[in-house]
Amino acid sequence: MPKITVNNKELEFEEGMTVLQACELAGVEIPRFCYHERLSIAGNCRMCLVELEKSPKPIASCAMPASDGMKIKTNTPFVDKARKGIMEFLLANHPLDCPVCDQGGECDLQDQSLFYGFDKSRYTENKRQVKEKYMGPLIKTQMTRCIHCTRCIRFATEVAGIPELGATGRGEDMEITTYLEKSMESELSANVIDLCPVGALTSKPYAFEARPWDLKKTESIDVMDAVGSNIRVDTYGWEVKRVLPRVNEDINEEWISDKTRYACDGLSKQRLDIPYIREGGKLKKSTWDEAMKLIITKLKSFSPNEIGGLVGDLADLEMIYSFKSFFEKCIGSTNFECRQDRIYINPQERMNYIFNSSINGIEQSDFILLVGTNPRLEATILNSRIRKSYIKNKLKIYSIGDAGDLTYPYENIGSSTSVIREIVTGTHKISDKLKKALKPIVIIGDSALCGKSGKYVFEALKNFLSRNNFINKDWNALNILTQQASRVGGIDLDVYSISETENFSFFDKLNNNVFKFIYLLGADNINFDKKDSFIVYQGSHGDKGAELADVILPGAAYTEKNGLFINLEGKLQSAYKASYPPGDAREDWVIFKDLSNMMKKPLGYNDAKDLRTLINKYIQSKNFKDIKKAIDADFVEESILVKPIDYYYTNSIVRSSKVMSECRQISKKFLFTGIEKAS
Amino acid sequence: MSVKKISKAQPELFEFNSENLEKAKKEIMKYPKERKASAVISLLFLVQKQNDNWIPLAAIKYVASMLGMPYIKVYEVTTFYSMFNLSPVGKYFVQVCTTTPCMIRGAKKITDVCKKLISQNQQELSDNKICSWTEVECLGACVNAPMMQINQDYFEDLDENSTKEIIQKLLMDEFPQPGSAKNRKNNSPETGKTTLLEIKNA
Repeated sequence: MPKITVNNKELEFEEGMTVLQACELAGVEIPRFCYHERLSIAGNCRMCLVELEKSPKPIASCAMPASDGMKIKTNTPFVDKARKGIMEFLLANHPLDCPVCDQGGECDLQDQSLFYGFDKSRYTENKRQVKEKYMGPLIKTQMTRCIHCTRCIRFATEVAGIPELGATGRGEDMEITTYLEKSMESELSANVIDLCPVGALTSKPYAFEARPWDLKKTESIDVMDAVGSNIRVDTYGWEVKRVLPRVNEDINEEWISDKTRYACDGLSKQRLDIPYIREGGKLKKSTWDEAMKLIITKLKSFSPNEIGGLVGDLADLEMIYSFKSFFEKCIGSTNFECRQDRIYINPQERMNYIFNSSINGIEQSDFILLVGTNPRLEATILNSRIRKSYIKNKLKIYSIGDAGDLTYPYENIGSSTSVIREIVTGTHKISDKLKKALKPIVIIGDSALCGKSGKYVFEALKNFLSRNNFINKDWNALNILTQQASRVGGIDLDVYSISETENFSFFDKLNNNVFKFIYLLGADNINFDKKDSFIVYQGSHGDKGAELADVILPGAAYTEKNGLFINLEGKLQSAYKASYPPGDAREDWVIFKDLSNMMKKPLGYNDAKDLRTLINKYIQSKNFKDIKKAIDADFVEESILVKPIDYYYTNSIVRSSKVMSECRQISKKFLFTGIEKAS
Repeated sequence: MSVKKISKAQPELFEFNSENLEKAKKEIMKYPKERKASAVISLLFLVQKQNDNWIPLAAIKYVASMLGMPYIKVYEVTTFYSMFNLSPVGKYFVQVCTTTPCMIRGAKKITDVCKKLISQNQQELSDNKICSWTEVECLGACVNAPMMQINQDYFEDLDENSTKEIIQKLLMDEFPQPGSAKNRKNNSPETGKTTLLEIKNA
């Protein structure tokens, strides 16, 4: 390996590294504004200047490739003077408004000027004044503060795949803007706020809300989609002020979607904070005691067969497990279901319902087939990985069903199940390409699994992949893209009603009004006609489920409890409590514990620790049936249409959020992508 | 240098005429297929020629979709180069050089004349709508500073009076004689040739 000397310390580095990266290996910190490890190199801020032996001028370490025998110095007066000069130029036009700037306290320029800034200015000229730009409801701009690092432009073009930002003019007149100040049309747009090293791009909903040092920071897990992005929840007192990404190389790198980031204002709106009972068609405030007693009397008046339960999209494992054991032990019913959207699943093996290739695996792949899915809206972070892989490997991407604009080019090869039959039987043109691929990925989405042909789509593709040895120890090409944070956990805990022959028995019973008592555990995305059934809704927000309910039990939202979540790859992650449930609301497993105690049929746990032990035991002891018999499904001719997704309207928290509804209005107004189809 | 203003009055549609479309295709052919975006400057130049010396927004979209580029990238190019105009300019477009050599030789006086006779601000049409002016960076005729460019021609060795004369002519819709105002031939000395006397057309 080549060697480099940094501050008289010799060390080895990998071929292809830049001087800056080599210096970091040596443990030397280099100040920088434009350089970012996940973006291309621009080399325009000049803050990372270092001294190279025999070079008369300092060099920009971020853009200079390291080579064997280089002697770098970073702590000489020469370097210090160069950096101070750069800082003086940067500050020449930067306003001194740190006291009123939202970036204050977490600003790179502020931090670095502490080391390289002069204490007074030598400039008497007026500072540059730049008009504020409109970039949508999420990004607040204060372009006078901009130092033209172009990180935001590079992010939008490279990572988000929506080339909407650019720099107009030149020299002193250079300005960062979107084309004619259109709102940014990316689901990852707000990441530019984190990337901005100064206060030019700040968060609009969080503007002047709090100072970073006043906030309590809790590391947690996101539930807006099934990816399970790692987040940090910042709270001030009870209120969640903002959500920021946390680095997890295996899942979200350091990005999060706009929904993850800005749905948090929905946590303080439309909340259920007291139990309600419906009397004479109207919901009336009640007490826990009264509500629970009513539920228990009602439960006793029906036979277990007439009682059904449905788990919603945001449930954690504690919630699902206690719900399940409550149903089994206290009611004696197994009529429960975790699928609100009636998609086909085959829970025989764990790989049948998770994303087996893993999110990291996408980067190694050389062939991607999307089946009835729009990953951009269903799993935004995963989509950015596909884009990364597309840029890195130039891989071919095919889709069955028109997925719309996915931020990377793909070929639509038809939208019917007959295409799948052709691929499986080897008559389709991509069939051979798929067989020749080294690490192919087949991603099956909800839209392909929800129809009558769901069973055929899944089983045929699985059989095809295992026949061609794409499901083995090293690589598993079969991937299910779930959209709900609770889905994989729910299936892992066996919360479904599936028999050998019938996949949707719960839904049939529901639609035939077999259930006289329905327990909705945060289930808000369900459409059915309520007739004479008695409905209990337990959840955090007053939404569709609460509208139907006869009794409402207020529960906690995802930031208000410690909970376990399993993401779409099957990774178990723990979310931590950042604030408290409002009013009389309780954590959900406590509600089931209290109910069961009142029924004198205790569930066998008293605290969260006991409960987690039980959950762990359940998941670990779960043995999937050894008979791995391939299921042969009959071919069903059906068209695969990628279901349109109302991205900013998918769950009860998002629906209560004002910021999200603003985004929704704008995304409906113009679907502008920055590129019209090239003629 | 002036910040470019985008004209408020914009045509709905822009398309190359058949002659320019032919030229544009030729330009695109000069580059490898996947690098056809390289033709952007030539295409914008064609747009400007066809559209009375300025580029409307519709043309930016037109060029962008022709080259498969995002709008903002084409927009960046048009704002970067001072030779591209984003709002209508007069039939006579006066570009006054204000870079150092011209500035030292009195470019300020020329811009003052322009302000007085053409329009108070740059990039604005004169009262009779046929003339506009702007400051530009070096036009490469420093030996004959101060100078200005009107449409495709250079006017050199200017002072306050000669500029006034030129602009008054423009405003009367007459095109003045280009070249040195002091009747220098190219950039030979004012008093006539001192070297190469034996060569006739030197």
